[in-house]
Amino acid sequence: MSLSELPKCPTGIAGLDAITGGGLPQGRSTLLCGGTGVGKTLLGLEFLVHGANQYGEAGVFITLEEDDLELISNADSLGFDIGGLLKSNRLEIDHVVLERSEITGAYDLDGLFIRLDLALVKVNAKRIVLDSVDMLFMSFPSPVLIREEIRRLLRWIKKRGITVVITSAGGGQNLTRDGMEEYVSDCVIALDNRIAQQCTTRFLRIVKYRGSAHGSNEYPFLIGPTGISVLPITLLETKAPVSTEHISSGIHRLDTMLDGKGYYRGSTIMVSGPPGSGKTSVASKFAEAACARGERCLYFLLEESAEQMTRNMQSIRCDLQPYVELGLLRFVETRMYQYGIEEHLARFHQSIVDFTPSVAVFDPLSVLHHMEDKGEFRTLVVRVVNFLKARQITTLLTVGIGRGNHPLTPDVCLSSSIDSWVALLDVEANGERTRLLQIMKSRGMAHSNQLREFKLTGNGIELIDVYTGRSGVLTGTARVAQEAEESALREAKDIEASCRARNLATRLKRKNAQIAALEAAFAAEEVEHEHLIILDQMRTLEWIHSSQQMAKAREADSEVAAVPANPTNAD
Amino acid sequence: METDDSAPTDPQVAAPLMVLHLYVAGSSTKSMSAVGNIRRICEHYLKGHYQLEVLDLYRQPERAKVDNIVALPTLVKLLPLPEQRIIGDLADTKLVCALLGIEDLIRQLAMTPASPLHHTHQP
Repeated sequence: MSLSELPKCPTGIAGLDAITGGGLPQGRSTLLCGGTGVGKTLLGLEFLVHGANQYGEAGVFITLEEDDLELISNADSLGFDIGGLLKSNRLEIDHVVLERSEITGAYDLDGLFIRLDLALVKVNAKRIVLDSVDMLFMSFPSPVLIREEIRRLLRWIKKRGITVVITSAGGGQNLTRDGMEEYVSDCVIALDNRIAQQCTTRFLRIVKYRGSAHGSNEYPFLIGPTGISVLPITLLETKAPVSTEHISSGIHRLDTMLDGKGYYRGSTIMVSGPPGSGKTSVASKFAEAACARGERCLYFLLEESAEQMTRNMQSIRCDLQPYVELGLLRFVETRMYQYGIEEHLARFHQSIVDFTPSVAVFDPLSVLHHMEDKGEFRTLVVRVVNFLKARQITTLLTVGIGRGNHPLTPDVCLSSSIDSWVALLDVEANGERTRLLQIMKSRGMAHSNQLREFKLTGNGIELIDVYTGRSGVLTGTARVAQEAEESALREAKDIEASCRARNLATRLKRKNAQIAALEAAFAAEEVEHEHLIILDQMRTLEWIHSSQQMAKAREADSEVAAVPANPTNAD
Repeated sequence: METDDSAPTDPQVAAPLMVLHLYVAGSSTKSMSAVGNIRRICEHYLKGHYQLEVLDLYRQPERAKVDNIVALPTLVKLLPLPEQRIIGDLADTKLVCALLGIEDLIRQLAMTPASPLHHTHQP
């Protein structure tokens, strides 16, 4: 038989069904063990209430310990309508009082069987809780007989295909006082509460589950206002839907630095920085932007109070109060010393499930790390991140950095769980402190590698290009001074250049005038030259004429005609 | 058979010194021997001064819850007060007598004039 074929009986308890692969073994017995006050009774009752309400399976609660009324009133405070379930025959409660009795010879627990049978028939039950068998062991002197009777009872119930949960308190080395885990063998769940750093945390563990795969870790669980919730956060694989949608960081210039569009939806963003560097401001702008888009934002305040924080953020024109009133923004104040780290995790989980935000902020997450060792803090972050990622909730964590530390090294290395890392820096120079912002990483998108000066002003957050020039990177007033100096220099250069240009123009004009004068002189010479040529020609013609006349007069022969025609050659 | 009746199995006693309820489950060995044992004890020591009711929870399962019965057989002594519960097949006669305070009752009967015995004992 394959493991998945084992029929399961869902408990309806958040998380428990996940770690058991669907619920308790159907038609079989489950032992719930753990010390007093750890939540066995409540878990059992929830198993029945959810069975009746959600899975249409009626249940019988046999209590040997608590008074019916007490149990019912306890449960009503958790929102279970026990009275209604009783009236509609979906639940039957039998309070078995074990009165002081003397023993004279052989006996068995047939009375209990008969009562159970009566109740089972009355509501046609598919589920039974027997709470707790320890009372039987305490009331009757023979543990051997009681053990045998419980085995008989379980066999009898099993034959009827009813799922049964029996509870037992822990005892010494064993899970149960009477070693019952040995024979109630289908499924054993251990509950425990432990105190670490003065904080109590409840844990649940599947000790065994015959024929079924199950989560083997210890899972923290909470008894919250709606009952038990187990937190199988480590179980959730990171196979979350991946979005290509961008959402605004709430700071225009930061969006520009992040591929022009902002963070990825469903990604995890870390804003790190020393005290006073503006982490909360970046976080609240992000929250404001989410609410402005009409999305729900859950804001965990781990240090400040909500009033204080909203007041402070007014100073950078970030008014969150209206969104609180609209129900889009919820602040959850929690203090590091209130709970153990597991319970913190559990409460984060609970609040997220309750509010179903699309954006979550933890501010500052780093306070939690002072209370436990660093490894555990890191695990917490990974679990929170995985849990939120699986729900495609965009998460912004602010992480403080001690003043002594390198500005880019948070006390714990979280970088691997972070998609986008916005680092805020503090630069101290020239007797002043300037804030800088830089994107350390942003997976899967082009992002600016430039430092920006980060200014908190009455109009919000401004990101300004830092001065980068020959004198290096300058910020703050040094940047302003440098920029002024440069601008003066530029102006001087401009004037000089225009002077030079004017000079050149004058010279060009002069050159052109000279050319014109030369050309005029040349032209005059040319005219004179031509005049002389004509004069020469005339003189030659005159000479020829006169020589012909002379020849005529002397009656010369024809050789006279051989005289050169051009008189100039004769020069 | 006595165990089949919900009504008192013994002759009506006007003012019984002892009122007993015996809860059993059908005709199991333990049930049968418990009924036999208590009947024998009562007949022997308190003849005419007791009232015994045998309740078979197979027939009246609701009584298990109403009377808060867990183990079987259970003998409940309603009178004389205080109420007392004795579990088991009642095989140890000495112990049963001691627990029920039968000796005190016998002494009480002996001190009172003989007449009540005759008055209450109906032929």
